[in-house]
Amino acid sequence: MKAVSPGSRGPTLRALGLTLPLVAFIGVTFLAPLAAMLVRSVYDPVVADALPETLQALAPWDGEGVPSEAAFAALASELVAASDARTVGQVATRLNRVESGLRSVVTRTARRLRNAEINPDATTPWRDAVVSVADAWEDAGTWRAIRRAGERVTPRHYLNALDLDQGAHDEIVRQPEDLRIYVPLLVRTLVVSTSITVLCLLLGYPVAYLIAHAAPTRANLLLLLVLVPFWTSLLVRTTAWIVLLQSRGVVNDLLVTAGVIEDEQRLQMIYNMTGTIVAMTHVLLPFMVLPLYAVMRTIPSLHMSAAASLGASFGQAFRRVYWPQTLPGVGAGSLLVFILAIGYYITPALVGGRTGQLISNMIAYHMQQSLNWGLAAALGGILLACVVGLYLLYDRLVGVERMRLG
Amino acid sequence: MLEHANLDTCGSYPQRGRMTASSPRERASHYAHVAFCAAVLVFLIAPILVVVPLSFNAEPYFTFTEGMLRFEPDAYSLRWYASIVEDEAWLRALVNSLGIGVSATVVATVLGTLAALGLASPAMPGRPLVMGLLISPMVTPVIISAAGFFFFYSSLGLAQTHLGLILAHAALGTPFVVITVTATLAGFDVNLTRAAASLGAGPWRTFRRVQLPLIAPGVLSGALFAFATSFDEVVAVLFMGGIDQRTIPRQMWSGIREQISPAILAVATFLIAFALLLMGVVEWLRRRGSQAD
Repeated sequence: MKAVSPGSRGPTLRALGLTLPLVAFIGVTFLAPLAAMLVRSVYDPVVADALPETLQALAPWDGEGVPSEAAFAALASELVAASDARTVGQVATRLNRVESGLRSVVTRTARRLRNAEINPDATTPWRDAVVSVADAWEDAGTWRAIRRAGERVTPRHYLNALDLDQGAHDEIVRQPEDLRIYVPLLVRTLVVSTSITVLCLLLGYPVAYLIAHAAPTRANLLLLLVLVPFWTSLLVRTTAWIVLLQSRGVVNDLLVTAGVIEDEQRLQMIYNMTGTIVAMTHVLLPFMVLPLYAVMRTIPSLHMSAAASLGASFGQAFRRVYWPQTLPGVGAGSLLVFILAIGYYITPALVGGRTGQLISNMIAYHMQQSLNWGLAAALGGILLACVVGLYLLYDRLVGVERMRLG
Repeated sequence: MLEHANLDTCGSYPQRGRMTASSPRERASHYAHVAFCAAVLVFLIAPILVVVPLSFNAEPYFTFTEGMLRFEPDAYSLRWYASIVEDEAWLRALVNSLGIGVSATVVATVLGTLAALGLASPAMPGRPLVMGLLISPMVTPVIISAAGFFFFYSSLGLAQTHLGLILAHAALGTPFVVITVTATLAGFDVNLTRAAASLGAGPWRTFRRVQLPLIAPGVLSGALFAFATSFDEVVAVLFMGGIDQRTIPRQMWSGIREQISPAILAVATFLIAFALLLMGVVEWLRRRGSQAD
C-alpha cells in the first residue's frame, strides 16, 4: 500500500534520489557490460568493414557458379588493403569459421597479391589470377561464405552455439552428429546441475532438520560447521579437494593403508566428472542448508507432537505435516543451488579434467584460447537466458526481496 | 487429515534430536539420522581442516607423511610459509587484493546503503523491479559478468587497470550490502526518525545520529560480505586484469593450474584464518543486531 497522498511527492523523490546512484552505478558497471556481451553475440563488423566493395559486387550474384569479374577485382584490392592494415588475419579467421579451410586460402591469396606475384593483364583477368592461387575461389561456397561473414548483424554465433548451421540457401540445418558439441554440453550441464541439486537436498535436509530442532547451544555449534565452509574461499575449498582426492592424496592413501585397494589401483577421483560433482556439492551444500534451516526454525515442534498425539507414525507426520511446511525452503535452496551450479566455472576448471567440464568452461575457452568472442558471447547469452528464467521463477516462488545471507 | 489410528501412542515421539522415552525402532532411526548428519558435517568441514596441518609438511607432498602421523617434530616445518613470505609475487598479490578489495568495498557500501534506505521507504516506486535489478550481479554467473566486463571495459580502455577491477568488484559486491542493510531496516522503527525530525533535526543529522548507529551492524556485515566477494573473486581478474592486477586468488589459480606445491596450502591456511575472522565478526554483528530488536 502506498502511504503517499497525491500532493506529497517529497518522500517519493527522496527515495528515488537515494536509490538512483546505485541504479546508475549498476547500469554502467554491470548492465552495460552484459549488454556489450549480448551485442557481441549478434554483431560482427570485421568482414563488412574490410571487404565493403567485394560485398557490394556480390550483391547481384545469385549464389550459384562464380561471381562477376568486378567481385574478383574488388576482392584483390581489398585483400591487399587488409594486408597493409594487418586486419587480413581477422578476416581469414572469420571466413574460416563460416567455411573451414578458408583461413589458409585467404592468407595465401592476400600474401601473393601483396607481393605482386600475381598480376592480371590483358589476357588473364583478376578471376584467373586469383583462382591460380587456390581452386577454392572457383567454388560458389567460398563466395557464399564471404557474403555470410559480411553480415554485420548475424545469427550465426547463436546457430553455432546451438549446433546449427546455415545451408547453401540460408536454410537452417543441424550440424553433422560428430560436430555437435554445445547442445550436448548444455544438456550435460543441466543434468550435472540437477544431480548436484538433488545431492545437496538429500544431504542438506537431514542436517538442517537436526540443527533447526537441536538445543540452542548445540544448534549454534552445528551451524558453525556449515558457516565455516560458506565463508571459506572457493579456491581454498577446491584446493582442499585436490589434496584429498588426487591419486597420491589423503583419501587414496587412507584406502591403501586400510587395505581396501592395492597401491597400484589407486582410484581416479579427480580431474574427471567425479571430481566436479564432489567438489561442487561441497561448495554448494551450505546454500541448501541455510535456507532450509531458516524455514525449519519457524516450524513449531508442536505440529509434529500434535500429529503424533493424533496417532500418526513419524513417517506419516513427517510426510503430511512437516515436509509440506518446508517446501518454501526446499524451493529456495534448490533454485539457488541450481542457479549457482549451471554457471559454475572455477571448480570444474580446476578439478574437472577433460570430462568434467561444463558450459562455463567452454565460454572461458572461447574467451581465452580460441578467441572466438562472438561464440563465447552467444553461449553466454544462452546461459544468461537460463539463469534469468530461473531467477524470475525464484522471485515468483520465494521473492528476491526476502533473500537473506548466512 | 490424520487418522485416529492408535491413540495410546499419544505424544510418544517428540522432535528428533530431543529424544526422551521412545521405542527401540525410533531410537535406532534417531541414531541413524544423527550418524548421517555427522557424516555430512564431516564432509563439509574435513577438507578445510585437512589443509591446515598439511601446510606444515616438511616434504613436498599433499598427504600425511609417516613422520607427521607419529608427530615427529622434524616432519613439520614452516618452509612453505617462508617461501610465501619471501616470494615478492605473493606480497604484490596481497597488496593488490587489499587495495582493490577495500576500494570496491567502500564504493559498494556507500551506494548500497543509500539504495537500501531508499528501497525501505514506502514511497519508493517500482520496488520489486529495482530490487531485482540491484540483486542481479549476485545471481548472474560470474563467467558471464566477467565476459561482459572484458568487452565493455576494454572498449573504455579500463581493462588491465586497477580502476576497472575496482568498478567490477564493487558491482559484484553491492547486492550483499543492499540485502544486509535492507534486512536490518526491516526491523527499524520509523517513529525514531520522525521523533528526530520533530525535534528539529535535518535529514542528514537524523541519518547520522539516529538511523546510521542503528543500522550500522547491517552496513558493516554488508561491507564484510562485499570485501569477501572481492577478496575471493578470480574470474573477472582472469579476464580483465593484467600482470599488474594479480590478486591473491589469481595467484592461487596459477599456482593450482601450473605446478601445485604445498606453498598453496600455506596461503590456503592464511585464507581460512581470514575467513574465520570475517565470519566471527559478521556473526557477532548479527547477534548484536538481533539483541537490539
